[in-house]
Amino acid sequence: MLKTREELESLRQTYACSVKCEKKRILVCAETGCIASGSLKVYDSFVKILKDKGIDCTTELAEGVSHEGAIGVKRSACHGFCELGPLVRIEPEGILYTKVKPEDCEEIIEASIIGDGVAERLIYNRNGVKAAKQEDIPFYKKQTRVVREHCGHIDATSVKEYIAAGGYKALEKALFEMTPADILDEIDKSALRGRGGGGFPTGRKWRQVAGQKEPVHYVVCNGDEGDPGAFMDRSIMEGDPHRMLEGMMIAAYAVGAKEAYIYVRAEYPMAVSRLQNAINQAEELGIIGENVLGTDFSIKFHINKGAGAFVCGEGSALTASIEGKRGMPRVKPPRTVEQGLFEKPTVLNNVETYANVPSIIENGADWYLGIGPANSPGTKAFALTGNIQNTGLIEVPMGTTLRDVIFDIGGGMRDGKQFKAVQIGGPSGGCLVTKDLDMPLDFDSLKKVGAMIGSGGLVVMDEDTCMVEVARFFMNFTQNESCGKCVPCREGTKRMLEILERIVAGNGRDGDIELLLELADTISNTALCGLGKTAAMPVVSTIKNFREEYEAHIYQKKCPAGQCKKLVTYQIDPELCKGCSKCARNCPVGAISGEIKSPFVIDTSKCIKCGACASACNFGAVKEV
Amino acid sequence: MNKDFDYALLDKVLEEHEYKRSAIIAILQSIQEHYHYLPKEIVPYLAKKLGISEAGIYSVATFYENFSFEPKGKYIIKVCDGTACHVRHSIPILERVRQELGLSAKKITTDDLMFTVETVSCLGACGLAPVMTINDVVHPGMSPDKASELIAELKKEG
Ligand SMILES: Cc1cc2nc3c(=O)[nH]c(=O)nc-3n(C[C@H](O)[C@H](O)[C@H](O)COP(=O)(O)O)c2cc1C
Ligand code: FES
Repeated sequence: MLKTREELESLRQTYACSVKCEKKRILVCAETGCIASGSLKVYDSFVKILKDKGIDCTTELAEGVSHEGAIGVKRSACHGFCELGPLVRIEPEGILYTKVKPEDCEEIIEASIIGDGVAERLIYNRNGVKAAKQEDIPFYKKQTRVVREHCGHIDATSVKEYIAAGGYKALEKALFEMTPADILDEIDKSALRGRGGGGFPTGRKWRQVAGQKEPVHYVVCNGDEGDPGAFMDRSIMEGDPHRMLEGMMIAAYAVGAKEAYIYVRAEYPMAVSRLQNAINQAEELGIIGENVLGTDFSIKFHINKGAGAFVCGEGSALTASIEGKRGMPRVKPPRTVEQGLFEKPTVLNNVETYANVPSIIENGADWYLGIGPANSPGTKAFALTGNIQNTGLIEVPMGTTLRDVIFDIGGGMRDGKQFKAVQIGGPSGGCLVTKDLDMPLDFDSLKKVGAMIGSGGLVVMDEDTCMVEVARFFMNFTQNESCGKCVPCREGTKRMLEILERIVAGNGRDGDIELLLELADTISNTALCGLGKTAAMPVVSTIKNFREEYEAHIYQKKCPAGQCKKLVTYQIDPELCKGCSKCARNCPVGAISGEIKSPFVIDTSKCIKCGACASACNFGAVKEV
Repeated sequence: MNKDFDYALLDKVLEEHEYKRSAIIAILQSIQEHYHYLPKEIVPYLAKKLGISEAGIYSVATFYENFSFEPKGKYIIKVCDGTACHVRHSIPILERVRQELGLSAKKITTDDLMFTVETVSCLGACGLAPVMTINDVVHPGMSPDKASELIAELKKEG
């Protein structure tokens, strides 16, 4: 148990020294994505081969053992470039190996561990760009890492490595050099804004809680990350859990809270276990618990697992869920800062918001203000997904343009397709199109064009995506997730979904677009919580940017992107048809007829558009038109 | 009380959560982890022990999507239909899986209690979309054919 600041500092020296003593380090990504691609087998293989060769390797830092000259083999947080996983980084050279399989480990060890070279075959090599060093890969060049600073560089499961890398220094500074009021001032001054979507000033929120008369306060972390297609928060919770805990502890100290809750969505079992592991480790060291480092500050952490309700990401629903109730939002005021968890004043922030705090406290607000635009400073982590070449997690200064993100970092579209749109802010957000490419990504710029930064999911869509179908997809999601408490959201989203469903099925009617817009207006003005208020955003923004696609579905009964199955008609090209009758034999409704050895025809009035004929034809003669 | 039901497990779970009413979600999660669903017998028992009405327990259990009062299959297949997976064509995978197992949106578990097929909105592995999980193991970069292969393997294993 650490009893003083000096003891922690001396422990830090010891661990930092151990890390430095390691001759080389092999960092294997061990987060959900790379694990799914087999990274744990790669890790095991590295350890086994090194041992077989009699090379001294350390999988964990230990006290009283010399790591001099050993090879560190670590399970690290996500390096970000999930597309090319499993990823392996070699330090100190900074080499990044991509798509590593267990059978490649021998080659890497020979080249880069025993030797000082590079296993050329396994380095990044795409679109004519070849790079051995991680920093030289285009995907990483334009990034600035604050909250993801440690990701890929330290062992994600070890408090020791976190401490060695300077972790918990900010907590020390807060507890020993600053008063709670100083912290509130510093966070205020940094202009940090909430990363959970709304962009509310964090300092103001903390100050409101600190100022409440009621003595019991709580700190809560929103790790619900419900936006499908976003996984930044998962990565922080799995990959650098101590950073988030440190931020929460600083918040607790600033607002006078003794208990902290972390609410994690059910789909993230590994985040839960990594957080629990991190809490246990910090408790053992006396960094979490009673009288932290010998001060008056005490803190207890609780983890709550969600049970599959998107609406629980909303503040009052989340606290209701922690209390063991149905996760339904309530009418405000009173606001969460006045009456939140167990009706006590509560600070509720997002995972990434807390992860920003240690850096701000350690480096000062002025440093933070030097990154990104003045009214929304700092960086933002984004999840780049969809029809883009380089999928993965990135972190860029706020205000970076969409063009830089999609084309420089993201490498542009896959399979040479054209960019069509990018959905930002998930089911509560809007789409951005070609004309928005040069817009800076920050809270205020996005609001102006009817989109929002949301949690940071960027789902990139190519020319083959039908935007009406995308709108239907989101409405289906929101409608499913509506908790049913208020009528506008419960009934309104249902009606909007019905209209969208009939449009993509070819039964759209004149006036449907106007009806959608009218419903959207009513729901956003009258719904109880953010879920309903923003439910229509994807519809409104796709109508605004792609109205002609809606019209084509409604009036010409055509899907310009060719995605809406019910609007496709199948035809047999007589030039290509050999008259083999295979299509007719595969048709489940007898819609195809013809004479053997002469072209067959499809009776479109009988056709159910199942596509069986097209997949059956060996000559590519059945065409979708 | 149902004599054949093992209430000792419930006592153990309740104990772990100190009989706290606010822990009802965690309690239900622990029970479901054991049985893979929530047997109806638990409701009156928990209600009595926690001092909540039976309706109160049902109201929580039915609100959250993850709780199920229906038994589930030995293999629980979840096809991700989050946005990132959706735009990379997750629906044909879902259709194929259901077709292979004779299931639909309404009938989600096979009669022999071998397979349950569900959708999920995002597993946080979007970089490898489309993905699906079989008993919580993530399978990245899926296609309908790959899904068929996986199911064939599971059927062989039994
Ligand atoms: C329907 C709905 C879902 C939300 N989901 C999340 C979420 O998954 N994660 C999150 O941090 N915030 C979510 N929010 C925003 C929270 O209500 C809240 O504003 C946020 O957690 C505050 O933290 P911040 O100021 O650090 O952003 C959601 C809001 C609504 C209305
Ligand atoms: S959308 Fe499928 S894993 Fe995220």
